[in-house]
Amino acid sequence: MEIIVCIKRVPDVSEAELDIDRSGQGIDEADLVYGINEWDNFAIEAAVQLKEAHGGTVTAITVGGEDDEEVLRRALAMGADEALHLRDEAFEGSDARGIATILHKAISSRPHDLVLTGAISGDEGSGHVGGMLAAMLGIRQVALATALTVDRSRATVRHEVEGGLERVVELDLPALVTVQTGLNEPRYVSIRGIRKVSGMEIPVAGAADLGIDPATVGLTGAQVVTEELFIPPRGEGAEILEGDDDDMVDTLIERLREHGGL
Amino acid sequence: MSERNLLVLVELVGGEPDDSAYELASEARKLAGGGTVAAALIGSGVGEAAQTLTAWFDRIHVYDDPQLAQPDGEAAAELLTTLVERDRPWATLVPHTNNGMDAAPVLAVKTGCPLVADCLSLEAADDGLKAVRTVYGGKVHARVSVRDAGQGLMATVRPGSCTTAEAPGAGGEIVTETVPADLVPHRRFVETIAPEAGAVDLTQAEILVAVGRGIEEEENLEIVQSLAEALGAEVACSRPVVDKNWLPKNHQVGTSGVTVKPKIYIAVGISGSFQHMGGLKGGGFIAAINKDPAAPIFNVADVGIVGDLFDIVPLLEEKVRELKG
Amino acid sequence: MTGPHQIVLLPAQQSYLGLPGPLLQLLMLLVALGAFAWIINRRAALLRRGAPDPRLDNIGARVKRALVVGFGQSRQPRYRVAGILHILIFFGFLVLSLRSLTLIGEGFSAGFTLPGLGGALGGAYALLKEWTALVVILCCVVAAVRRLAVKPARYHDRNATGSHTGEALLILGLISFLMVADTLYEASHAVLGGEAVPASFPLVKAAAALLGGAGTNLLNTVHLGSFWLHNAALLFFLCYLPVSKHFHVISAIPNVFFSKLAPTGTVKPPRYEEPDMDKIEKLGVGSLEEFTWKHILDFYSCTDCGRCSDSCPAYASGTPLSPRMISIKSRDLAYAAYPVRGKFPPEGTITPLVGPFIAEGEIWACTTCGACEEACPVTIEYLDKIVDMRRHLVDEGDVPATLQKPMADLEKKGNPYGKMPRKRGDWTGLKDVPPCGVKTLKKGEETDLLVFTDSCAAFDPRIQEISRSLGRLIELAGLDAGTLGKDEADSGHEARRLGEEGLFEDLRDRNLEALEQRGFNRLVTPDPHAFNALTHDYDELKQPVLHHSQLLDELTAAGTLTIMGNGGPTRTVTYHDPCYLGRHNGLYDAPRRVLGRLPGVKTVEMERSRNRSFCCGGGSLYLFYEGECDRRMGEIRLEMAEKAGADTVVTACPFCLINLEDAIKTTGREGKMEVMDLAELVEQSLPGEQPS
Repeated sequence: MEIIVCIKRVPDVSEAELDIDRSGQGIDEADLVYGINEWDNFAIEAAVQLKEAHGGTVTAITVGGEDDEEVLRRALAMGADEALHLRDEAFEGSDARGIATILHKAISSRPHDLVLTGAISGDEGSGHVGGMLAAMLGIRQVALATALTVDRSRATVRHEVEGGLERVVELDLPALVTVQTGLNEPRYVSIRGIRKVSGMEIPVAGAADLGIDPATVGLTGAQVVTEELFIPPRGEGAEILEGDDDDMVDTLIERLREHGGL
Repeated sequence: MSERNLLVLVELVGGEPDDSAYELASEARKLAGGGTVAAALIGSGVGEAAQTLTAWFDRIHVYDDPQLAQPDGEAAAELLTTLVERDRPWATLVPHTNNGMDAAPVLAVKTGCPLVADCLSLEAADDGLKAVRTVYGGKVHARVSVRDAGQGLMATVRPGSCTTAEAPGAGGEIVTETVPADLVPHRRFVETIAPEAGAVDLTQAEILVAVGRGIEEEENLEIVQSLAEALGAEVACSRPVVDKNWLPKNHQVGTSGVTVKPKIYIAVGISGSFQHMGGLKGGGFIAAINKDPAAPIFNVADVGIVGDLFDIVPLLEEKVRELKG
Repeated sequence: MTGPHQIVLLPAQQSYLGLPGPLLQLLMLLVALGAFAWIINRRAALLRRGAPDPRLDNIGARVKRALVVGFGQSRQPRYRVAGILHILIFFGFLVLSLRSLTLIGEGFSAGFTLPGLGGALGGAYALLKEWTALVVILCCVVAAVRRLAVKPARYHDRNATGSHTGEALLILGLISFLMVADTLYEASHAVLGGEAVPASFPLVKAAAALLGGAGTNLLNTVHLGSFWLHNAALLFFLCYLPVSKHFHVISAIPNVFFSKLAPTGTVKPPRYEEPDMDKIEKLGVGSLEEFTWKHILDFYSCTDCGRCSDSCPAYASGTPLSPRMISIKSRDLAYAAYPVRGKFPPEGTITPLVGPFIAEGEIWACTTCGACEEACPVTIEYLDKIVDMRRHLVDEGDVPATLQKPMADLEKKGNPYGKMPRKRGDWTGLKDVPPCGVKTLKKGEETDLLVFTDSCAAFDPRIQEISRSLGRLIELAGLDAGTLGKDEADSGHEARRLGEEGLFEDLRDRNLEALEQRGFNRLVTPDPHAFNALTHDYDELKQPVLHHSQLLDELTAAGTLTIMGNGGPTRTVTYHDPCYLGRHNGLYDAPRRVLGRLPGVKTVEMERSRNRSFCCGGGSLYLFYEGECDRRMGEIRLEMAEKAGADTVVTACPFCLINLEDAIKTTGREGKMEVMDLAELVEQSLPGEQPS
C-alpha cells in the first residue's frame, strides 16, 4: 500500500508570548521553537502503523524552506520510508489553495492509495489543505478522523461530525483522510533516532520539477492574503468582576457568550 | 452600497437548523446590502426545517433525498457546485463546524472560489472580501483579504462570532432542487456513535468546567456536574480530586494528567498551581471562581469571580439554563 | 557410662553390593562433581552470551568488599532476626564444612582427618562443631517457624505467581539433616565402641542415649546408613544449589566481588564495548542476552529475600514495580530458556524479556532512589538494569504519552515545562519583588560562585522562592554569585535515567559550553539531581560542585552567616533525606549540622532516615509521569514524619518539597504540618527576619 503523509513544521506557541514582527504581517520568531505540527504527528504514526500491518511504503512530504526539512527527518525516524521536500522560492507565501496545488502536482504523479494529513495546522489553523488536495486529486475524502482502519482497498474511518457525535463511514481507496488529534498514540522519537536518519538523502523538488507555473502559487498566486496581524487586547491578570452575585454571574455569562461558550 | 447576493450553507443538528444558520443569515443580510440572501438545505425529510428558514432567507434551495440522510461533505460539495456555478453568488458562507470543514474545501476547489476559514468577522471590499480570523491557536488575529477573481468568494465562519439579528420575515421562496439518483457513491455510511457517558476525552472538549479542592466534599461535585451539563461541557479536575478518587484519573488536567485546549475553561475552587495550569494550553477563555482573592489562578484567568462557589455555581447554572431555554 | 565394646563397621572398609567403600565414594563423588560441573557450565553459558562488563578494576577494593559485605554479611543485621539467623547459619555452615570434607575423606580411608585437624586441634574442632551444629539446627527450626507461622510480609511478593516456601523448607531440612546424620554417625560409633559421651557434646550424647539399647547389627546399620546418607545428602545439596534459589550460596561472594564500585548515582554507559552511541545498532536491554554478564549473575544470586521490594517506595505505593520480581522473573526466564537438561538454544538466540515478562508499567515506575540496592545483602544492581530497559523502550519509541511532551520540551526549550528559555534566569529579578543578589552572567564574565538551579528551581513559582531565598543568603554572606541565565539548560539528569541518552548528551553539551564561556570557582545548586549530574555525569567539569546544604553548612559554621535571631516560631523539625543527596552521595550530615545551629528548632529523626530514607515520589520528569498506584509516596512519607512527632518537614530538594507539600494538601494536614526548604528555614532564623 502506498501511503503519502503531508506534514508541516510549525512554531510551538502553547507557552509563548507572541509579538508581531516589524512587517506587521508575521510574528516575531526570535524565541520560538519549531517542530512537527501536532495533527500531522498523528498522521505519520497512523501511516507507519498501517504500513507495518499491511506492507507498502510511507512517503512524507512537506512544502517549505530549508529549516522545514527537520520534520521530514522526524517522519523518517518514526518509520516513514521516503521523504520529499517541495522547496522553491516561488512557493513562499502560498495560501491554502497554493499549498494544495503544489502537493497535488507532487502526489498525482506518484502511486498513492492513501493520503493522510493532519486536520489543521497549529499556525494557520484553517483546515483546508486536505480537502482541497483531495478535490484536486479527484479522490474521496473524509475530514477529522478519530479512528482509521484499512482493509485491502477500502478504508473505514470514524470521524467527528456535529453535536459531539462521530460517524463511521467506508471509502474505497484511493482516498484522503485528515487526521484529528488522539487518533493513536504516536511513538516517541529519541535524539538517537533522529541522528540515525540524519545521513539519509531527501530529494528536493521545485516549481520547474513539478511543472508548476510560479504565477499560480506563492504570494503571487495567493487569493487569500494576510494584510496584518495583531494581538487581541487582553488585560493583565483576570478582570475581577464587581457587584453582587447576580451582577457578577450576568457579566460572566456575557463573556462566555462572546467567546462562543453559549 | 452595491447589492450582493449571498448563499448560506445551513447546518442541521438533530433535524433542525443549527443556531449558526441564523447567525450567518444575519451576517449575510448585512453584507448583502439589499441583495438576496439564499440558503442551501441538504438532508432527508427537511421540509419542516425549510419552513423555519423562510423567515430568514429570501430563497431556500432544498435538496431533500434519502441518500442525503447522513451529512457528507463531498456530496454537499457536488450538489452545491452546480448551484454556485448556476447562480454565482457574490459569496457563499459556511459555518466552520466539522461538517463545514468537510464540505467547504472540496466545494471551493470545484467552484474555483477562494476560501477563507474560521472567520470572526467579515466585511465587503471593492475587489472581494475582508475578514478577521485567528491564527496561532487563537493567540493572534489576522486581517485577511480575499480577492475575487470572478468566480465568487467563500468563507467559513466561526459559530458564535456573529450576532443574530431579528428575523427579517423575509418570506423565503422554497426551491426544490433535483438530487441525482446516483449521487453518493463515495462514502458508505456505517453507523453513528454517540459519546459514552464514561469515556470522556477532555483533549477534544471545547468547554470544560474544572473543579478543585474548593469543592470540599464528594457530594458537592454534583453542582459542578449540573453546571457542566447545562453548558454542554465536560468536567475536569485538579489532582487532589483524583487523589481522593472522586473522579477518575482521565479527568485530571495538569502536567501529570491530561493536556487540554478548550475554548472555554471555567475553574471552580481551583487555586491554579503551576502543575495544574501546566495542563491548560491554547489561548482559550479562562474564567475562575474562587473565594481566595490571592489564588494564583486569577493571574492567568481572563475573568474572575471572588466569591463562594456554592452560591455562584448554582446561580450560574440557573441563568445558563434560562438562556438556553 | 561406657558399654561393652562391639564391632564397629567402618564405611571405607565395607563392601556394598560388591562395591568397596572407597570405590562407592569415588563413584558418588564423580557423579556429583560431574553433574555439578555440567550444571555450572550450563549456567555459565548464558553468562558468556551476555554483554561485556569490566569488573576487574581496583582489585583491592573488591576484595575488601567481598570480605566485608559478602563474607562478613555486613548488610544482614538490617533486618535483625532474619539477619542474625542467617549469619549464624552461614558461619555455622563454614565451620561444619570442614567436618563434611572429613566425612568424604572417611569414605576413602577409615580414620581420615584433614591435615592439621588431627590431635588436640581436632578435639577442639570436634567440640566447636558440636555446638555449632546445635546452634544451626535451632536456627533452622526458628527459620522454618518464620516461614510457616510468622510469615513476615516481605517473604511473599504481591506480584509473585509462585511461592518459594517449599524450596526454603527443603533447604532448611537438608541442612538439618546433615547435622542429624552426622550426629547419628558419631553416636552410633560411640555406642558401638562402648565410649561414654561427655556432656559437652549434648547432641551426640542425646543420640547415644537414644541408641543405647540397640543391638550391634542395628547400630552398625545406623552407623553406615547415616554416613552414606550424609555424604549423599551433601553431594545432592551441592548439585541442588545451582538449580534452585540457593544458587546464591555459590555465587553470592563472587557477586559482591564483582559489584559496582562506582557511586550509585552514576549510570553505566549503554555499551561498555562501544563508546560511540551512534554506532550501536540497538540500544538498551529488551532481552536476556542483552544484559551484561554481571547483571545475569545478579539474577542467579538473588536470594528472594524480599528486602529490596520491602524498601522500595514504588512497591509500597502500589505500583506494578517490585524490584525482587525483576530478578526472579528474569532468572525464571533464564532457567527456562537455558535449561540444565535438554536442548540449549543456539548461539545468537534472542530471548525477549521486556514486554512478555517485564511490563512497561514496572519499568517506568522506578524513581531510581536506590533503596533496593542499599538493602540487598548480595549487592545486586537494579538501577542500571532499569535504565537499560528504559533505553530499549525509548529506542523503540515506546515512551508513555505523558512523558513525550516534557521530553520534547527538554530538547527544544531546555526545560520540561515548555516554558520560554529566555525566562530561565528571570527568578533572580522578578517584577514586583526585590532582587536577591545573584546576577546573570553574560558570556565571558566571571564570578566566585556559579548558581546552577536546574529547571524546577528556575521555573516553578514555589521553588523560585527557594532559589531567591538562597540568593539572599548568598548576598548576606557577601559572596559573589551568578547564573548562566537563559544559557542554562536542564541538567539532563532525569533524561538520562529515563533512557534518553541522546537527549542527555545534548543537554550536557549545551551546559558545558555555557559553563566554559564563563569563569567561576565553584558551583552550587539547590537541586540534588543537578548536584548528582554535575558531580558524576559531567566528567569534563573541573570545578567543585556543592549542594546548597553544604554551602549553608560552611557559612553557618564559619559564622559568615550569623544565626542569632529567634526569628521563627519554635518548631519540631524532621529532615527528609533526599535520595540523590543522601543515599547516592552520602551527604547526610551537613544539613543536620545546619539545623542543629538554628535556635528554636528541635529535631527528630524519622524511622527511615539517612540511607534508609523513603523516596518522596521522584523528581523532574516523574512529576509528569503517573502510573497506577494506590497511594502517593509523599503521603506515606508524611505519615512517617507525623509519627516521629514533627510539625515541620525540612527538605533539601525541590521535588521533595513539591511532593510533600502536595501530600499535605491531599491529606488535609494544612495548618498542622508544614514543609520548608533548608534555605528558607535558615533565612527565617537570621536576625531581623520575620516569620513569613
